[in-house]
Amino acid sequence: MNPIVKSLIILFLVIFIPLNVAAGLIWLERRLLALWQDRYGPNRVGPFGLLQVLADMIKIFFKEDWIPPFADKPVFVIAPAVIMVTVLMSYTVVPWAPGATVADMNIGLLFFLAMSSLGVYSIVLAGWASASKYSLLGGLRASAQMLSYEVFMGLSLMGTVLLAGSFRLSDIVAAQRHMWFVIPQFLGFILFLIAGLAETRRLPFDLPEAESELVAGFHSEYSGMKFGMFFVGEYLGVILISAMITVLFFGGWQGPWLPPIVWFVVKTLFFICLFILLRAALPRPRFDQLMSWGWKIMLPLALLNLLVTGAVVLAARP
Amino acid sequence: MLSILRTLWNIFLHAFQRRETVQYPEEKPYLPPRHKGRIILTRDPDGGERCVACYLCAVACPVACISLQATEDETGRRYPEFFRINFSRCIFCGYCEEACPTYAIQLTPDFEMAEYHRQNLVYEKEDLLMSGPGKRPGYNFWRVSGVKIGGKDKGEAENEAPPVDLHSLLP
Ligand code: SF4
Ligand code: SF4
Repeated sequence: MNPIVKSLIILFLVIFIPLNVAAGLIWLERRLLALWQDRYGPNRVGPFGLLQVLADMIKIFFKEDWIPPFADKPVFVIAPAVIMVTVLMSYTVVPWAPGATVADMNIGLLFFLAMSSLGVYSIVLAGWASASKYSLLGGLRASAQMLSYEVFMGLSLMGTVLLAGSFRLSDIVAAQRHMWFVIPQFLGFILFLIAGLAETRRLPFDLPEAESELVAGFHSEYSGMKFGMFFVGEYLGVILISAMITVLFFGGWQGPWLPPIVWFVVKTLFFICLFILLRAALPRPRFDQLMSWGWKIMLPLALLNLLVTGAVVLAARP
Repeated sequence: MLSILRTLWNIFLHAFQRRETVQYPEEKPYLPPRHKGRIILTRDPDGGERCVACYLCAVACPVACISLQATEDETGRRYPEFFRINFSRCIFCGYCEEACPTYAIQLTPDFEMAEYHRQNLVYEKEDLLMSGPGKRPGYNFWRVSGVKIGGKDKGEAENEAPPVDLHSLLP
């Protein structure tokens, strides 16, 4: 096949599928949460309530697109787009199956980290541009949370990079042919899972929006599809982090019998469900607890993990 | 840390437990007969209207949603000329039922009263009045009260002694 056509097809699929899956996740999350809380969740619209998403989408598109008069208009409008763009950019480096990636960069992992750090601008700008105190508090919390969790998120991944000897994600997957990195890098996996939760601002780390304290946090003033963009961005982030966990620690597309893409989807779906289970089960920590865990426990652990991995890799080198 | 894992596991186990939701429109929950729902006006066992238009329910109603007008028939029996309950205001507190001296006004276990127009929630006497005695079978206010109406003179009510002739008490 013509390589350009192939890239275009992959590009289209990589944009089209995650966006739709992100919408479907709203349904999945509501159903799963209901399952774990002994309820049914949406089950009226269509079979198993599957069309609920469609109904919600139609509703949200017809909502008034309201910009508060006191808001900083350009920034207010750009902020929701930033999160979508940065998260979608990260999708370019994810290796879905052998050869099926938009850009197999040699710095893929760094690109992912950079883009996920940029995503926080969306939250902070949204909080700032809304010119309301709850939004601003949400934005401030987001920036503090991202700062403290970004640091060890990167560090926790360096162990896998040391083992694989490359920042290229397809190389990292290939290096897990004999053993998934979750075994030598279990600590790294746990740290990345926690950092990923904080990164996507999912419960229990949803302090930037914290409905019970801050109305809706950084997106208190948003309505209509701008609000929807934050939500889709959040779900895209969940898919992204799940996919990255699969790639970095659980052997990516590798697995017996089934085709690679099926393995990838199955593993990713498992982590998405884990994210939802975490939301169903755990309460939100206090803000100072969040910060002190990040700096006093997670960061030293990540450094220790890096140190030990580095020493082992160095010692094992012939 | 361990407690977090245990929490996760326990919540996961809930996936295999019975769901508590009652699938309402298909599956109707049981409501006890004393449930406070749609209001009715009952009749006594003889088929006459029980309401004597005493206004006590209208006074007791905390949201003032009952309005009525008393009148009398040719036998001297009081009844409401109109009786109107605005269900868009009613809070189903049941105070009217408590206040009613004749058990005329009663609340029933029916709550499916949704309407598209608010005006349709104003129920007139024809909408409220039912054919039976409701929760109080056998009670007939006019039969036990000492008031004189057509067909029943003083002293003719149940458990009522005939009036004493004052003149016979003279020494
Ligand atoms: S139930 Fe309460 S609110 Fe409704 S009519 Fe009776 S007294 Fe008024
Ligand atoms: S319904 Fe009862 S309380 Fe209300 S006016 Fe009639 S008799 Fe009186």
